[in-house]
Amino acid sequence: MSPSPTPAIELNGIDKKFGAVHANRNIHLTVAKGSIHGIIGENGAGKSTLMSILYGFYHADAGSIRINGKDTVIHDSQAAISAGIGMVHQHFMLVENFSVLENVILGVEGGALLGKGVTGARAALKRLEADYGLEVDPDAIIEELPVGLQQRVEILKALYRGAEILILDEPTGVLTPAEADHLFRILGVLRDQGKTILLITHKLREIMAITDTVSVMRRGEMVATRRTAETTVEELAELMVGRRVLLRVDKGPAAPKEVVLSVRNLTVKDGRGVTMVDNVSFDVRAGEVVGIAGVAGNGQSELLEAITGIRKPASGEILIHGQPVAGFDAARLRALGLGHIPEDRHHMGLVLNFEESENSVLGYHRDERYGRGPLLDLDACRDDAKAKIEKYDIRPPNCRLKTANFSGGNQQKIVVAREIERDPALLVVGQPTRGVDIGAIEFIHRRLIAMRDADKAVLLVSVELDEIRSLSDRILVMFAGHIVGEKTPDTGEQTLGLMMAGIAA
Amino acid sequence: MSTASVPLPNWITYGLMPFLNLVVAFLISGVVVWIIGESPLDAVTLLLQGALGNGEGIGFTLYYATNFIFTGLSVAVAYHAGLFNIGSEGQAYVGGLGAALAALALDHYVPWYVTMPFAVAGAAIFGAAWALIPAWLQAKRGSHIVITTIMFNFIGAALMVYLLVHVLIVPGKMAPETRVFLPGGQLPKLDWLIALFGGKLGAAPFNVSFLIALVMCVAVWLLIWRTKLGYEIRTLGASPTAAVYAGIPYVKTVIITMLISGGLAGMMALNPVLGASARLQVEFVGGAGFVGIAVSLMGRSHPVGIVLAAILFGVLYQGGDALSFDMPKITRDMIVVIQGLVVLFAGALEYMFRPAIVRIWQRLGKA
Repeated sequence: MSPSPTPAIELNGIDKKFGAVHANRNIHLTVAKGSIHGIIGENGAGKSTLMSILYGFYHADAGSIRINGKDTVIHDSQAAISAGIGMVHQHFMLVENFSVLENVILGVEGGALLGKGVTGARAALKRLEADYGLEVDPDAIIEELPVGLQQRVEILKALYRGAEILILDEPTGVLTPAEADHLFRILGVLRDQGKTILLITHKLREIMAITDTVSVMRRGEMVATRRTAETTVEELAELMVGRRVLLRVDKGPAAPKEVVLSVRNLTVKDGRGVTMVDNVSFDVRAGEVVGIAGVAGNGQSELLEAITGIRKPASGEILIHGQPVAGFDAARLRALGLGHIPEDRHHMGLVLNFEESENSVLGYHRDERYGRGPLLDLDACRDDAKAKIEKYDIRPPNCRLKTANFSGGNQQKIVVAREIERDPALLVVGQPTRGVDIGAIEFIHRRLIAMRDADKAVLLVSVELDEIRSLSDRILVMFAGHIVGEKTPDTGEQTLGLMMAGIAA
Repeated sequence: MSTASVPLPNWITYGLMPFLNLVVAFLISGVVVWIIGESPLDAVTLLLQGALGNGEGIGFTLYYATNFIFTGLSVAVAYHAGLFNIGSEGQAYVGGLGAALAALALDHYVPWYVTMPFAVAGAAIFGAAWALIPAWLQAKRGSHIVITTIMFNFIGAALMVYLLVHVLIVPGKMAPETRVFLPGGQLPKLDWLIALFGGKLGAAPFNVSFLIALVMCVAVWLLIWRTKLGYEIRTLGASPTAAVYAGIPYVKTVIITMLISGGLAGMMALNPVLGASARLQVEFVGGAGFVGIAVSLMGRSHPVGIVLAAILFGVLYQGGDALSFDMPKITRDMIVVIQGLVVLFAGALEYMFRPAIVRIWQRLGKA
């Protein structure tokens, strides 16, 4: 099983920007034929963007792709398929009420009449089953199959289309451990038969278990490539989380006072009914910052949404100043002194089509200070917005400008200004500095510490470990919906990184 | 970069683009007219003369426009909340019942200006009521408002025919309509307004409803841009997730918005029922609810735009009638084709020219 000298995939200087976000920076990657190559990195590191470029969903702003030594332009997924690239998406692309066979031939039916294609596909499926041990009943209806088998259908689809290179995007996210083991065995067989596999994941354990080579991405850059046998979990964790210079925030010791927020046995499910937060309990006191660390997707978002009234919890209690508030909507929670800087300012914290001044009252617009009774006093809103623009140095200083036309950092300042200026007793903050420039990061961090020093309770969720460590007085680590441990902020990055990866407690 | 997100100055978005769409619609209509063997230029002249050439033509034009202002506002209010109210037609029809009941109850006893507020309220309440069930189904059950409001158009039509044929019909008469309202149940004509500009209203049914429509334009503007409810409606329409974040109650806001939308549609009935025919007849809405969708789209859901678009459609209706009278080859159906083209270009293909205009604009900006 010695890899042939011509690599299966060569990416040269791939670069991609989405507006101000630099998703991929000058990426170079070489994947040997007949190997399993892992790409690891935190959410938002640019893995998915890179794979989408390889599969033709996005076009790189710069750089070139060589497949099997040939320069290849992949302008859509059809081109990717003809170049022999198959993709198994994180969210399956299957027609739920079609049979396995129908899904496999979808798009490659081979003519207007189905008969011939179906017969051919049935034989091909038999062959694939024999070659790779991918047994699945071709006549089963997708929605009746367990998730592991649905994923197998996705793999079959790619192989049926002649894929020599298989990209799997977070394939184990939806699988049970036993299903994941089975998947890994299949991937091993595929590799031994000469297929090339790209495995995208943020789980270190999987990388160590299955890959031959591993590349680490961080903040849009490819920071390292290692032979899996020659690296360790610790090294990868460090590479993944990064060891940048800490933006140290000057802060004295915390003086925690009474409990403001109390979460008791909270369980939260997402829209599909999957338990994302599982029986979580913790307290946040006045005068402290509690940071929740974790790789994105481990339930922090849902926890935040439950506490701030966006999502109803499935069970458990949330108490603010001892008053049960689970299931309250955001307006009632605000009235009780909750401020909320949401994770997603574009969809939640702001209405991008509105003027800046309109966003500076969002959620507080019912307040009498913004107009008597049913009327909205635009002058009052604008005066208020101008004061915040001045105090938070929001640029450009124009409260009539459409919010979409502000930079990410200034948009975030609009949200931060709005929530902090109401002087809430409890401030819940999600990813306060995502997509925000350095200057604004420092400013926002100082504001959050000032809140703490003014005896407010601050709950901070961030996937930036640096941020968690420099701001928090206590760190809770979340993994797979559980709080797996509480640490002090001087705990080493490695320890926290391993806890976040679910390896150590 | 895609051209969709490039900001353009307002005069292009609200002036040049609708104008271009209109020109193209008329050019294609001209080709259609030419194909059937008439002169497009003559046709346009006849159309404009018929609609705007004299006091009576203007009266009819504004009478139609009044209908479209009400239904256009109705669609626009719902649209601001992200709801597509296709049911203005049915809400207007049922609104007519409310207006007629007020007129039938009061016309013997009081002058028109006493009846009017009751008729306005009756029309609005009945129209709103007809929007309530679709609104509730959308808010509580997630049934799509487009589907339910279309269904309610049919139910409303059936209900009104039943009531007019079996309940409200004048005993001994054949026509399915109520008795003629006395002057106390009629809205006076606005001949003085036309006379102000030196015209004569003649037989045109242009009436006080037009002024009510203008008042409603101001009211809608106030509601959407100067009240907290309007702010919540716009937030819900622009970003439902931000609305949840802000604690804006979805169910309540959807229902209130649809009640207002239905109420505005219901008020449209004042114009034909109390203003023109002085009785409630079957099918009196005559598609004005659907035209309201085009008017609202073309007017960019803003009252000023809606008034302008409503007058345009008024011109098409009235001028079209005149045209088909003078040019027998151009039948009533041809007029509908032309109206359809205007709807297509001004409403449905609203952004057709945008990418090209953006490119030109950017090139000009660079030069």
